[in-house]
Amino acid sequence: MTNRLEVPDATWRRVSSQFIVAELITGLGFWLIVALATIVLHVIGFAWAWWVTALAVTIVLVEAIIIPRQVRSYGYQLRADDLLFRRGIMFLRVVAVPYGRMQLVDINRGPLSRALGLSELKFVTAAASTGVVIPGLNAPDAEQLRDHLVALAESRRAGL
Amino acid sequence: MTDESTDFTTASPAGRHRQDTEPLPSPVVATLTDGDWHRMHPASPLLKGGIALIAILGVVIANLRERLIDIFLAGEANHNGDPVDYIFSHGYIGYVLGGLALFLIILILGFYISWRMHSFRITEEVVEVRSGILFRTNRKARLDRIQGINIVRPFFARLFGAAKLEVNQAGQDANVQLSYLASSAADELRREILRLASGTRTAAQPRSVDLEQGLIDRRVRELLAPELDPDAASPQSVVKIHLGRLVGSIVLSGSTIFLLLAIAASLVGIVGFQEWSVLFGAVPAILGFASYYLNRLTRSLRYSIAGTPDGVRVGFGLLSTSNETLPPGRIHSIQITQPLLWRAADWWEIKVNRASHSSTQGAAGAANTTILPVGDLDDVMRVLALLLPQMSAAEELTGLREALVAKGGDEFTNSPRRAFWLRWFSWRRNGFLTTTQAIVIRKGAIFRELVIVPAPRVQSVSLSQGPLYRACRLASVHVHTVAGPITARIGALDADAAMSFFRTVADVTVQSSISDTSHRWRSSEAQA
Repeated sequence: MTNRLEVPDATWRRVSSQFIVAELITGLGFWLIVALATIVLHVIGFAWAWWVTALAVTIVLVEAIIIPRQVRSYGYQLRADDLLFRRGIMFLRVVAVPYGRMQLVDINRGPLSRALGLSELKFVTAAASTGVVIPGLNAPDAEQLRDHLVALAESRRAGL
Repeated sequence: MTDESTDFTTASPAGRHRQDTEPLPSPVVATLTDGDWHRMHPASPLLKGGIALIAILGVVIANLRERLIDIFLAGEANHNGDPVDYIFSHGYIGYVLGGLALFLIILILGFYISWRMHSFRITEEVVEVRSGILFRTNRKARLDRIQGINIVRPFFARLFGAAKLEVNQAGQDANVQLSYLASSAADELRREILRLASGTRTAAQPRSVDLEQGLIDRRVRELLAPELDPDAASPQSVVKIHLGRLVGSIVLSGSTIFLLLAIAASLVGIVGFQEWSVLFGAVPAILGFASYYLNRLTRSLRYSIAGTPDGVRVGFGLLSTSNETLPPGRIHSIQITQPLLWRAADWWEIKVNRASHSSTQGAAGAANTTILPVGDLDDVMRVLALLLPQMSAAEELTGLREALVAKGGDEFTNSPRRAFWLRWFSWRRNGFLTTTQAIVIRKGAIFRELVIVPAPRVQSVSLSQGPLYRACRLASVHVHTVAGPITARIGALDADAAMSFFRTVADVTVQSSISDTSHRWRSSEAQA
């Protein structure tokens, strides 16, 4: 679409393509199980189960198209004085956080992302609504980014 | 609260530091800020436990009510099964008296020990309090992180000439309480803490407290004294709320509409359906509303606001008073609103977002984020000049004054015409303005609202666009500040305007936080 908002002169760093796999597994897993279960139900004689199967398969197909695009929409950029973060296609959100505003940085790893070697980085400020969470970073990248952000924040230390 | 029973490696037990053999009040506050441990007002445990004692007394009196009436009316009555009769008839009076004496001794001993164990110190860097007998607490607060200092004088404490000093820090109930101090020392101690925190090195001139008059005279004077202490730079409150306006503002609040609707509904119930049982519900509801109104009224009485060298001072309260100083740079956003019913009278309300979330209530019974409970445009401008000293350039403030009531078409960047169907009445007014010092957001034509975020206090900024907005080439911008009653979000902006707003705010925030020195707000004075 032509109306999409784009930050001028922003060169986004994207998240790992491994993250698409993680998102596909968490997003599709449930509906795939539903689809298989309803097929079994139909086989043992519940005719209505076809409807549920059709629904589940449709959801799986739609999500399989959307999720890779969604993952690719995540982006961040380390500018001179602030961190720029974007996400979402339908619901676009762009956030700018000055480094000096950082209170702490979290790194979270679930079992699935650990298996894929991914980490999620959370940038916390004094405002709860900042909500900058960069998922799907390669674990070494995430740790390097965290250390870099902490160092930057330290050099631009400000009050609340 | 953290319970620390072992963290006393650095601090010696409370008893050893007997700097002042005299308990407070000490006439010279300088000794309180010398960095040594000091004790609270001797009546503190009584004042803190006072409500419990009164409740116990109340229970006892309620139980003995009939007997007391008999004593005074000399009536003849038979109290079978009365505990007092039982004690008399069985000769247990010795045990009862002994038990009572033991209880009192334990109580007094407990009070004494808790007073001995409760001490505080104020150094160049921190305020520290330790308290508790079995579960010890030690709380330390950095002076340059102070978000405000509140002096609360509950009615009972005022009778004893005591006051509670709360040093508010950022966070949920992250305040250091010095409860209680001598009332006369509390004001000066606050000034002294603020001076230490401000980073200035000019020594304060100690003001000797007048001890000439008798105790009763002093108490009466303190009770009647104006809320602002006389040595502040401008002791005059810049806003006076007349009783009529206060009553009017409370009567014209949203809860009144609710009350009227409820009355109408119950009238319909009674007249239309002969349902008299509605009255049983109505009576407690009316009592509840009456006490709510009364509570709001007494809390907002004697409201005052004034600027001091160390920030804005807001005081209020008739019987229990509260008086808080907010140092510069501790206000994270300001909201000026006009409820619909206030429009005819041209009244406004000012609220602020603050980093500290104290449990103490502010004016009008609201959380202590209401800075001006009610005022006209002139009052609003005077308060804004105090809250935004960096914007006190006259033309900026007059600009804001016009912006509050403007219908649109001014220096604000307002919503485009195509946003009409999203902001039916306010699309002309719905807009923003950035200056080098602050970000101003204006919303609402029916419920008028203006939000000002000082640029150095912006935490981050976001720009967002959903499918609906994309179809109309619109976007919304949210300026993030610390949590509070105010959300600085504006929607239905032109997409390009929103993008440039987003970039300007991101830029201004970085620039202003570099030059911001408000954590030590008078440090430049010290160098000069």
